[in-house]
Amino acid sequence: MGRRAAWTHTLDYLLMTLLAAFFLFPVVIMLVSSFKPDDALIMRHMSSGMAFVPTEVSLKNYRDVFANVAFLKALRNSVLIVGSIVAIGLFVNSLIAYGLARFRFRGRSLLVGVIIALIIIPFESIAVPLLLIVNRFGWLDTLYVQAIPFIADAFSIFLFYQFFIQVPRDLEEAAVVDGASRFRIYWSVVLPLSRPIIATVTILLFLRHWGQLLWPVMVARSVEVRPLTVAMQQFFGQQPREWGQIMAFAAMITIPVLIVYLLFNRWFVQSIASSGVKG
Amino acid sequence: MRRREARAAWTFSLPALLLLTAFLIVPFVLAFALAFTDQRLIPNPRVPTEFVGLRNFQRLLQDATFQRALLNNFAFAAFVVPVQSALALAMAMLVNQRLRGSLVFRTIYFSPVVTTMVVVSAIWFLLYNPTEGFINAFLGTISFGLIEPIAWLQDTRSALAAIAILSIWQGVGFQMVIFLAGLQEIAQQLYEAARIDGANRVQMFRSITLPSLRNTTIFVVISTTILAFRLYDQVKIMTEGGPQNATQTVVYQIERVGFGQLRVGYASALTVVFFLIVLAVALLQRRFLREERTV
Repeated sequence: MGRRAAWTHTLDYLLMTLLAAFFLFPVVIMLVSSFKPDDALIMRHMSSGMAFVPTEVSLKNYRDVFANVAFLKALRNSVLIVGSIVAIGLFVNSLIAYGLARFRFRGRSLLVGVIIALIIIPFESIAVPLLLIVNRFGWLDTLYVQAIPFIADAFSIFLFYQFFIQVPRDLEEAAVVDGASRFRIYWSVVLPLSRPIIATVTILLFLRHWGQLLWPVMVARSVEVRPLTVAMQQFFGQQPREWGQIMAFAAMITIPVLIVYLLFNRWFVQSIASSGVKG
Repeated sequence: MRRREARAAWTFSLPALLLLTAFLIVPFVLAFALAFTDQRLIPNPRVPTEFVGLRNFQRLLQDATFQRALLNNFAFAAFVVPVQSALALAMAMLVNQRLRGSLVFRTIYFSPVVTTMVVVSAIWFLLYNPTEGFINAFLGTISFGLIEPIAWLQDTRSALAAIAILSIWQGVGFQMVIFLAGLQEIAQQLYEAARIDGANRVQMFRSITLPSLRNTTIFVVISTTILAFRLYDQVKIMTEGGPQNATQTVVYQIERVGFGQLRVGYASALTVVFFLIVLAVALLQRRFLREERTV
């Protein structure tokens, strides 16, 4: 290795470390501040390197969040909403995708075309009419109004469809010879083969819905049904701001997801990479 | 046999099709219909909803808030799209070199993507604090006091830029991973051949990397543009469109008008305009990609 190559390596490491600092510092400040029991102290430290020094490790802010914002209820709501979107969504979307990928019938290619076209519709462009509809149904301020509209998802169907048309038919044909029903084949032959795509869709749906704010702001204001995002938005809006508690609240939303991400890091990266469809 | 296959297909498709129709297609079509009415979220029984023709769209043309929102969205996209795409590509190339520890760096760069935007906005609000915030203190220190404290979110000149910076911080890891996937598809022999011909890093980047990443770049640019037009969470948490509409956006206005003021008809007109912009951007992508295929 020449001297020049060694130089560029050093430069690369320097750049990578600076970038790492840039992406880490807000999260570190959040975590360190959340353990400081006094808001005046947090603010005083914030304008210096002390923002990174855990001068005190107190759980006071965390206790206060549990007492003041019904944290567990909001967490339960978020888990229930996102959990049912993912669980029911995986089933409903893979089922139609399998039907489209394996069965020959009139209108098949039209249906595939329509579903691909639907991917382009962003949620923001249906939010207000959807609000009018669910209001007519009397669904406002419930948990299910936050889940049901998102179960069927054109992009998930598309991802499953792309996966299924690549799966070789041999195994399924063997099952047909054995007299298994079509649903049986889908359920116990094809789905077990589909773990990679199931992981991908799960991660993409989770990331999209865990942080959702626009829809729950419109349909879920009460403490009983609001998810973590709305609880945070409402707590953040209260004056004067309790920064210690806000940071503890933020840490409790963030850290569990970060841990899951660190454990399944490779899967996350692969999912995002495969969402970048080529054309 | 054929007919039974068709019946099975429709049975398999039924749940998804019913849900897509009820919660995507119907509201989508409804937006276009409501845009020509004065529909309210909670209708007054004595004042029935009426067809008002193009009145909502005529009002849009004179709506200063809407014009500001549209301008902000374009300005936001004009700043965020090139910066975020270029940064994402640079980061992807850095971690793609398989230096020792590059996996750790990749993991760190991507971690903001799994951090909820509501949380990111709350943290950065504190960092941007004009008197005691970390960012002003940091800028003051590294410039030896030359950079005066900035009232990031309270100043009309800097508020949108402040939101743009944290948006890039949160989102760039996503595009990095897309670029990384593109980089890994490039055949290594191309680089080896170029190296034998004596090409340097810059030449290889311009004549191998960039052309090979054409479709990936188009995808990244287009999807970042669409995201820029969907800007909402940060504005809702940090500025509520202020100061003086400096961070007003189209989606924030849709929510304020349709939900806050209950004016569903006018919000639907806004929605239609928003969708047409997104559609135009997406069609642009199709065009560019198709050109690529015919070559």
